[in-house]
Amino acid sequence: MNLADTALLRASRWRWWEVLLWLAALAAPWLLPSHALIVNEIAILALFAISLDLILGYSGIVSLGHAAFFGMGAYSAALFAKLVMPDPLLGLAVGIVSATLLGAVCSVTVLRGTDLTRLMVTLGVALILMELANKLDWLTGGADGLQGVVMGPLLGRFEFDLGGQTAAAYSLGVLLVLFVLLRRMVSSPFGATLKAIRDNRLRAMAIGIPVGRRLAVAYTVAAGMAGAAGALLAQTTGFASLDVFEFHRSADVMLVLVIGGVGWLYGGVAGALVFKLMQDTLSSITPQYWTFWIGLFLVVLVLVGRERLVRPWTWFRGGTHGGKS
Amino acid sequence: MLTILFDGVAYGMLLFILAVGLAVTMGLMNFINLAHGAFAMVGGYITVLLMQRLGVPFLWCLPLAFVGAALLGAVLERTLYRPLYHKPHLDQVLFSIGLTFMAVASVDYFVGSSQQILQLPDWLKGRTELGQGAWMLGMGHYRLFIIAVCAALTVALQYVLARTRFGSRLRASVDDQRVAAGLGINVNVVFLSTFAVGSGLAGLGGALGAEVLGMDPSFPLKFMIYFLIVVAVGGTSSITGPLLAALLLGIADVAGKYYIPKLGAFIVYSLMIVILVWRPQGLFVRQAGKA
Repeated sequence: MNLADTALLRASRWRWWEVLLWLAALAAPWLLPSHALIVNEIAILALFAISLDLILGYSGIVSLGHAAFFGMGAYSAALFAKLVMPDPLLGLAVGIVSATLLGAVCSVTVLRGTDLTRLMVTLGVALILMELANKLDWLTGGADGLQGVVMGPLLGRFEFDLGGQTAAAYSLGVLLVLFVLLRRMVSSPFGATLKAIRDNRLRAMAIGIPVGRRLAVAYTVAAGMAGAAGALLAQTTGFASLDVFEFHRSADVMLVLVIGGVGWLYGGVAGALVFKLMQDTLSSITPQYWTFWIGLFLVVLVLVGRERLVRPWTWFRGGTHGGKS
Repeated sequence: MLTILFDGVAYGMLLFILAVGLAVTMGLMNFINLAHGAFAMVGGYITVLLMQRLGVPFLWCLPLAFVGAALLGAVLERTLYRPLYHKPHLDQVLFSIGLTFMAVASVDYFVGSSQQILQLPDWLKGRTELGQGAWMLGMGHYRLFIIAVCAALTVALQYVLARTRFGSRLRASVDDQRVAAGLGINVNVVFLSTFAVGSGLAGLGGALGAEVLGMDPSFPLKFMIYFLIVVAVGGTSSITGPLLAALLLGIADVAGKYYIPKLGAFIVYSLMIVILVWRPQGLFVRQAGKA
């Protein structure tokens, strides 16, 4: 085995703290039963964020419409539970499949053009889906949202309770499974080619990487994972509304990822934790105006430089002017 | 039928005035500014509040809205935007979204979340009808006024860009910033003033559009996509591109809402996606120059 192989493999090996972290996370619904609802929300947001990380952090596609896939997963899982059968795992699969299909169709649109074009196209797709969900009110309930979704017990045994313990454990379990898959994927040769494309598309093309195909696959996989997050939300809340397609959802998830650090899978998880706790605190102080503080946070974050936020030891180096890169 | 066309043109002209500043900033600095709608909102609110609280006549409010938004734009450009010109697009997107969120929440806090009603002066309220039957053309006086103002502004802008010394400096800076700076053009001043004028125009557009588009705190988010469509479809290299794109969008939107209300905004969004997939650089682009 040559040097490059060992270096690549070492980077992808599981560390002891990762195992500890996941054990702690999986124990959270039982350790903090009164906070199970927020644990559930954090798990869903973390899943959504790491799916965005695959296209933003690893492939370098700036997307403002990731909520399209989230919403697609949410609506298809909710509709499946309402119209076909209430089994959660099958519903989750339906959500993932439908979002993956949508992602495969949309991946054609993100391959060409500049950042601005991609931004617009992704945003446009989310808006179109929102209009669809709004206008097809015989199916989706329109602006009132899709109500009356009743979920069956998980694995035929565990009922979803009001306290949210089952829901939290379920979301955490799905998060773990998909996280492991994604972690495997980004440390594989496939993931390495994605990073090559992100860093220099021209050179990646020159050494024979099929750029378009790789990006399309990454986008589709990310869409499927976002769909899983949406499906989890719809199943654990028993509700799907137009809110899942809203612009602020795409913006929030981007913020989550940036808080935690882009191009690093634990970034999504850490960001989700920080963001949810911050949102919870802020909205309990000012229920109506917490977006102001989120906005201020974003502005300061960018002006200071987002690389510096996750690396506190660089704060006092190189004067007061942040982000000279 | 002609009435719809007329309304569409008025709407398109309004969108053009709102978005032209954005086209210039994006073309100029390659800066993705999602907060452009916030300047329009500032202009709109200046007008509405001046008229409601102080009783300033409508015509006086328009220049004030322009000046207010332009000043704000200049201050923000100098303090916040300039350090970000050379940052990655992701940073710019995050920054401008943050700014938009702040603007939305602060307007909500200070003025309230309800939609603001603009009381037009009497001479703008009427409506003139020409012809009859299917070809009847009904022109609201206010829309006529909008078209007149916007057309005048467009001609003025085109003149400034194409004929004056400032215009040629601006075009030079857009094409190649380093060479322009090397030729002794003070690129920073050019950008500052352009950004200020662009924001001012957005403010003016917001003031003019307060009655047509409706003015509430979610304005920047609601219309962000429209401004972006105008810029992305029209391209950022000339002023006629965005103008045509804005007119197209205005007519398509008004006609779509009138004839097929069920489909709502589909037509516009789908059209945009198709156009952008087909011509990622926009419909009307010049081949030369730096992207």
